[in-house]
Amino acid sequence: MWDTIFPYLLSGISVGGQYALIAIGYTMVYGILRLINFAHGDVFMVAGIIMVYIAASGVPLWVSVPAVLVITALVGFLIERVAYKPLRTAPRMSAMISAIGVSYTLQNLVLYITGGLNKQYPAIPLISDSIKIGSATTKVVTVVTPVLVILLVVALVTLINKTKIGMAMRAVSKDFETAQLMGIKINSVISTTFVIGSFLAGVGSVLYFTNYPTVIQTSGAMPGLKAFVAAVFGGIGSIPGAVIGAFIIGIMENLIKGLDVILFKAGLITKPLGLAIFSDAFTFALLIIILVVKPTGLFGEKTTDKV
Amino acid sequence: MMKKEKKPALITWIIVAVIYAAVFVAEQVLPPTSMLFTVLKKGATYALVAVSMNLLNGFTGIFSLGQAGFMMIGAYVYGIFTIPVESRPVVYQYYDGGLIQFTVPVVVALVLAGLAAAFFAFLIGLPVLRLKSDYLAIATLGFAEIMRVLIQWNNMGPLTNGSNMLRLYPSFNDFNIKDASGNVTVYLSTLVPFLIAGVCIGLIVLLLNSGYGRALKSIRDDEIAAEAMGINLAHHKRLAFCISSFFAGVGGAMLAMYQTTVQAKFFTTAMTYEILLIVVIGGVGSVTGSVLSSFLFVAASEWWLRFLDEKQMIGNFEVPLLRNGFRLVVFSIIIMVVVLFFRKGIMGTKELPDLFRRKRKEAAK
Repeated sequence: MWDTIFPYLLSGISVGGQYALIAIGYTMVYGILRLINFAHGDVFMVAGIIMVYIAASGVPLWVSVPAVLVITALVGFLIERVAYKPLRTAPRMSAMISAIGVSYTLQNLVLYITGGLNKQYPAIPLISDSIKIGSATTKVVTVVTPVLVILLVVALVTLINKTKIGMAMRAVSKDFETAQLMGIKINSVISTTFVIGSFLAGVGSVLYFTNYPTVIQTSGAMPGLKAFVAAVFGGIGSIPGAVIGAFIIGIMENLIKGLDVILFKAGLITKPLGLAIFSDAFTFALLIIILVVKPTGLFGEKTTDKV
Repeated sequence: MMKKEKKPALITWIIVAVIYAAVFVAEQVLPPTSMLFTVLKKGATYALVAVSMNLLNGFTGIFSLGQAGFMMIGAYVYGIFTIPVESRPVVYQYYDGGLIQFTVPVVVALVLAGLAAAFFAFLIGLPVLRLKSDYLAIATLGFAEIMRVLIQWNNMGPLTNGSNMLRLYPSFNDFNIKDASGNVTVYLSTLVPFLIAGVCIGLIVLLLNSGYGRALKSIRDDEIAAEAMGINLAHHKRLAFCISSFFAGVGGAMLAMYQTTVQAKFFTTAMTYEILLIVVIGGVGSVTGSVLSSFLFVAASEWWLRFLDEKQMIGNFEVPLLRNGFRLVVFSIIIMVVVLFFRKGIMGTKELPDLFRRKRKEAAK
């Protein structure tokens, strides 16, 4: 029984870690701007495409990976400056529509550049090798991901709690206007948030596409949405919440993918039910349930609306 | 005073009548393969869906992103109930001819499509409508994704044909009147979608101009004030959500007729985004704007900007950048410019009669 479940659990933890890296970007931006950055999943996809093209130019790995991360961070910065900054004082709906527009633009741009073809993601030595853990054979990236996620989260939490820019971020997310009155440069804080979020999405994309080795213009949409659900599940605005939510969603999703096999091996069903296709739907069902039962998520702060 | 109010309405009626007459005449005169008719048919479909979305997002202030899901429900219900019985074994070849072995008339199927979408909207609205702006957006979007997966589920196959497509049901071309030998005598394939969309949009306009419509607008402007004025928020939001979904369902059925095949995988979030962008370009809160921008959007994407996807030569000079997909890039940039710099869209919150009203006032000055 355990031997059947274990491989699914393992890939669940791995995918969960990759979602976590995207989810942090969502939760940080939402915490500060109260904006669902619909384009964040596409930034993640763009990071994948950039890696494809940089690797094709033949530069060594120790150049290409950092280059991808820097360019992705830059993309995030530019998106914020071009598409969100002009709408700072506009109603929230305008900013959200702008985010959807950016998502549409990024997808079409990548469609144009790639010609709509699946692009093979370059194999990254070390993390795309196979290893055997217990009964399961998997790629090294599966083991690396959760470790790397935890390291990055610790670093990020330290940044937010101990540094000056972190303090500014906390202040801005607490109260936008007052923070501005206290002399905090709102725009640079917001830019920093986008840079950090995009950087982490870049890291996530390197890990994710090592497991799912092709990139196409729509590859970012689903992981993006799931990461957002994870952020809501954990309590939007809370970084540990987003990470835990992402791991839970990653694991549950993979268990559902294997549910047919697991139930069959356990002797509960005699023929496959085709439940695997519900792995995506489950995430959204979970979202609706959590929004109804506990809208603030697992670790979210309770907010009160003032008239 | 009354006379002043009536004149713009009269002009509007005349414009609408002229458009319908022009569509009818054009269809008899021009060859039926003309791109114009593709644009008009798809435009009419999108116009209805865009107006139904505007009813929620623009007039009630509920930011819903479930439109593609409701369209999909409508398209499937239409397909399931109108495929002729003799064609069912071909369509449902993997499911022994399917579960349902009867057909209903097209009009009934259209209404059923709307009702089914409204029913699902009612169910999903119970939990979801309690949420605020962006949470509601993402929850409705999630609902659309769930429905898409559910329809494709193998065990739903006898009803929905699983992930295979539904086809062979009556499409727009079946509205053409033919003589005994099969030659078309009167072309109606473009006029009929115009009529369906026209009736539905007309109903939405009537609703918006009624007491209910004013209540919805007051909810958009200020929920708390509206509630204080005695408007039942939950009831009105649910009503708007169900009605919008009803017409999205009818629009989905029209899309099914336009495409002649239905497959769940086409009703993605990208479709919802596209419709939302149409609404934004037209002006959030303007029915006329949504209709206009639907036709503009469809015409630009299917017809006018097609040349951007092919290599173009000016003399011996090959225009750079032009290749497959460039059209969509140009399109995205136009949309971003509208979203960022022309936030009011084409019409703002004005309607067609308002245009004449303002002109009269200016003339009076």
